[in-house]
Amino acid sequence: MKVTIDNITIEVEPGTTILQAARKIGPEVAPPAMCYYEPLKASGGKCRACLVKVTAGSEKDPRPMPKLVPSCITQVQDGMIVENTVNEQVLETRKGIVEFLLLNHPLDCPICDQAGECHLQDFSFQHGVQQTRYEEERRTFEKQDLGPNIQLHMTRCILCYRCVFTADQITGNRVHGVLNRGDHAEISTYIEKAIDNDFSGNVIDVCPVGALTDKTYRFKNRVWFTKPVDAHCDCEKCSGKVTLWYRGDEVIRVTARKNQWGEVLEFICNTCRFERKNTADWTIEGPTKVARHSVISANKYGANKIVPEFARRLAASQYKDVHEGRDTSQLNIKQLPEERFKQLIPPAGESAVAGIRSIQNWADDK
Amino acid sequence: MTSERPKILTDKTHIPGIETFDVYRKNGGYSAVEKALKTMTPDEVVEEVKKSGVRGRGGAGFPMGMKWSFLAKPEGVPRYLVCNGDESEPGTFKDHWLMKTIPHLLIEGMIVSSYALGANTSYIYVRGELMYVVRILEKAIAEAKAAGFLGKNILGSGYDLELYVQPGGGAYICGEETALLESLEGKRGNPRNKPPFPAVKGLYQCPTVVNNVESIATTSWIVNNGGDAYAAIGIGRSTGTKLISASGHLKKPGVYEIPLGLPVQEFIYSDEWCGGIRDGHHLKAVVAGGSSVPILPAAMLLKTASGEDRLMSYESLSDGGFATGTMMGSGGFIAMDETACVVKNTWNFSRFYHHESCGQCSPCREGTGWMEKVLHRIEHGHGSMHDIDLLVDVAKKIEGNTICPLGDAAAWPVASAIRHFRDEFEWHITHPQEATRPGAIFKGHMELV
Ligand SMILES: Cc1cc2nc3c(=O)[nH]c(=O)nc-3n(C[C@H](O)[C@H](O)[C@H](O)COP(=O)(O)O)c2cc1C
Ligand code: SF4
Ligand code: SF4
Ligand code: SF4
Ligand code: FES
Repeated sequence: MKVTIDNITIEVEPGTTILQAARKIGPEVAPPAMCYYEPLKASGGKCRACLVKVTAGSEKDPRPMPKLVPSCITQVQDGMIVENTVNEQVLETRKGIVEFLLLNHPLDCPICDQAGECHLQDFSFQHGVQQTRYEEERRTFEKQDLGPNIQLHMTRCILCYRCVFTADQITGNRVHGVLNRGDHAEISTYIEKAIDNDFSGNVIDVCPVGALTDKTYRFKNRVWFTKPVDAHCDCEKCSGKVTLWYRGDEVIRVTARKNQWGEVLEFICNTCRFERKNTADWTIEGPTKVARHSVISANKYGANKIVPEFARRLAASQYKDVHEGRDTSQLNIKQLPEERFKQLIPPAGESAVAGIRSIQNWADDK
Repeated sequence: MTSERPKILTDKTHIPGIETFDVYRKNGGYSAVEKALKTMTPDEVVEEVKKSGVRGRGGAGFPMGMKWSFLAKPEGVPRYLVCNGDESEPGTFKDHWLMKTIPHLLIEGMIVSSYALGANTSYIYVRGELMYVVRILEKAIAEAKAAGFLGKNILGSGYDLELYVQPGGGAYICGEETALLESLEGKRGNPRNKPPFPAVKGLYQCPTVVNNVESIATTSWIVNNGGDAYAAIGIGRSTGTKLISASGHLKKPGVYEIPLGLPVQEFIYSDEWCGGIRDGHHLKAVVAGGSSVPILPAAMLLKTASGEDRLMSYESLSDGGFATGTMMGSGGFIAMDETACVVKNTWNFSRFYHHESCGQCSPCREGTGWMEKVLHRIEHGHGSMHDIDLLVDVAKKIEGNTICPLGDAAAWPVASAIRHFRDEFEWHITHPQEATRPGAIFKGHMELV
């Protein structure tokens, strides 16, 4: 069936969600996803970061949908027309979502192990506003050790439920993981109990923020100073396919491999993650392709050769590239107003380093 | 009480002992079960409910017959009827009253409705705080079962029905139908994303109808008297009667069964109903349908924008949209005289929604707490003028962007209070000392009735 997203039409299988279809087109039109995680059943629908406007429900029933819909769990219909980056209401709402997610967030990026590969950093940088209007006290929690290797900073949690689904779906059969309600809800001891399990470490990889971190890697280095390398080993518990993160000759961290959306390709066991930290344990395949995270890839490819993803995504030229050569004649084309681009695009020639610096400045300002 | 008022739910509630099976039965109870199971097919019962035009009494007002006809009926898959007795919205207390006063009316309705939908197992989910009501219902179910109205082969018709009462855990969110189903399945009461709707995938992923206590309780009367007779009561698409939980500064608060279409003026001031505002005071504002619906100033409630008398009906209450109208909601009618502080009341509602948000989706989880804190600030004399616009903006960013309508329900009271009582908010900000004095009354240009 056919679906049109931001004026680009593609053919997809029935059952595909709007988000999946948009990802097929490419990162330029893919909505941000803070809770949806393709490898985890039932994930999505919670953070509302991926809300989009459906301007025509389907070929048969071309009426627009009255509310914005979560693209990660809304299946496409034949002839559906969706607006994401070209719709002002969507962009405005998304700004609101950033503000909500950051409302009670500590933004202690300078001392957060996730900094540099944090989806919340990326999301707020791409879609947020620079200031918060929140004057009240933020909610805080005590740090908690979940077993010897995992630490929970509940204060940074955005309640995406990914770790709950992970604990549920790959580490055995449990249902709960969230205690209490509303902004006082917390990931809690249920997880702690499930954590004594060969695959528990995967909750670190699925967590989009620095709420679940690897204690064996704690404060070892900033991620953008490390070198990621794909490697494998013969493991009787998991596929043994991992990414090793080097500082000099030392393996300081082992993670699962991720796709360009930050999703784990194959979950790995705790032995591979926490105990195999010698190069001799592994067969090296080569440098990891880091497609998504601006900061990591900037280090890897050199500052001047690559434009950071977040800046590129917003560049008017790129936006036009995506739409070039497509038949948009019958479509309701809404271009973003010129001034918006002016606000969003970094000055010409700005390098990745400057981009990183602006993230840091921005974070420091908070 | 004038005798010609139609009474569908409350015609027997004054009879002593009506909570027992024997008294209920002697007064014509369970005749609808006999009629339906012996003389009607399930589809005929559905047809009568459709004809009656009765709309869901839980808040949204969705036509009940239409909801029933959407129920998926795949072969070999059980169907369920779930009665929503969670009633936790501030200002609404009619289901509680109905269940404790005349439990057999609900049970009779459950049997008739389950028969119509082809459900062999049905549940009544009761608000957790009401354990004594749970016991009343369980006793009533045991009596009905002993008399052969529940269990296997009811009245020799070949129809089986088991009816269970499930107490909730005390969370308002479990009144939202999909959260209720999660809770009933023994899980955390988080609302589900829709679609799929319960009619397709409900309890245990099977087709399920969820209806409010009052909705289900009307079905016995509809079976006995026919859908047309029901539709003859009321006005336009607001057919039949509705239970109103009246509270606040009224002379006679309480639960009333009104024919839909009754003028609001008459409901408030007539001695047949609320008897007017307490002596020496005047009506300032009303929350007409439970805490979730927009608050209206008295004058705007009594007359629509076009100057007509406003009626107690779904259409008339919502006349004018949110600019000048409100909603029927669940029928929680909260009247406030000039001593009530709209800012304080709005903060109080906000506190409730903040406390009750399940926390799944970010706009509601974070936004409800934010609004509560800003309102707290204004109410306690520390607000600033831009806080008002901030509240409007936060409410707007929540509304329509959440998984379940609790987000909207939290946003509407705030947005409407500012829409209609902005000068009172401003007064709190410009005159904090005056406004925070105990018993302070706002005397700005406010129209009292
Ligand atoms: C937050 C929230 C709380 C609700 N609480 C109740 C309730 O306590 N009782 C009720 O009947 N419906 C409640 N509802 C409405 C139900 O979701 C559902 O629409 C209703 O039970 C359907 O029954 P009806 O069609 O007979 O009205 C609530 C909805 C929301 C969003
Ligand atoms: S890196 Fe991410 S999780 Fe850590 S403090 Fe910054 S925004 Fe929060
Ligand atoms: S701890 Fe991380 S993965 Fe778990 S809910 Fe919080 S943010 Fe999501
Ligand atoms: S709107 Fe509020 S109550 Fe409803 S699912 Fe979202 S967080 Fe939970
Ligand atoms: S990614 Fe779709 S709602 Fe979170």
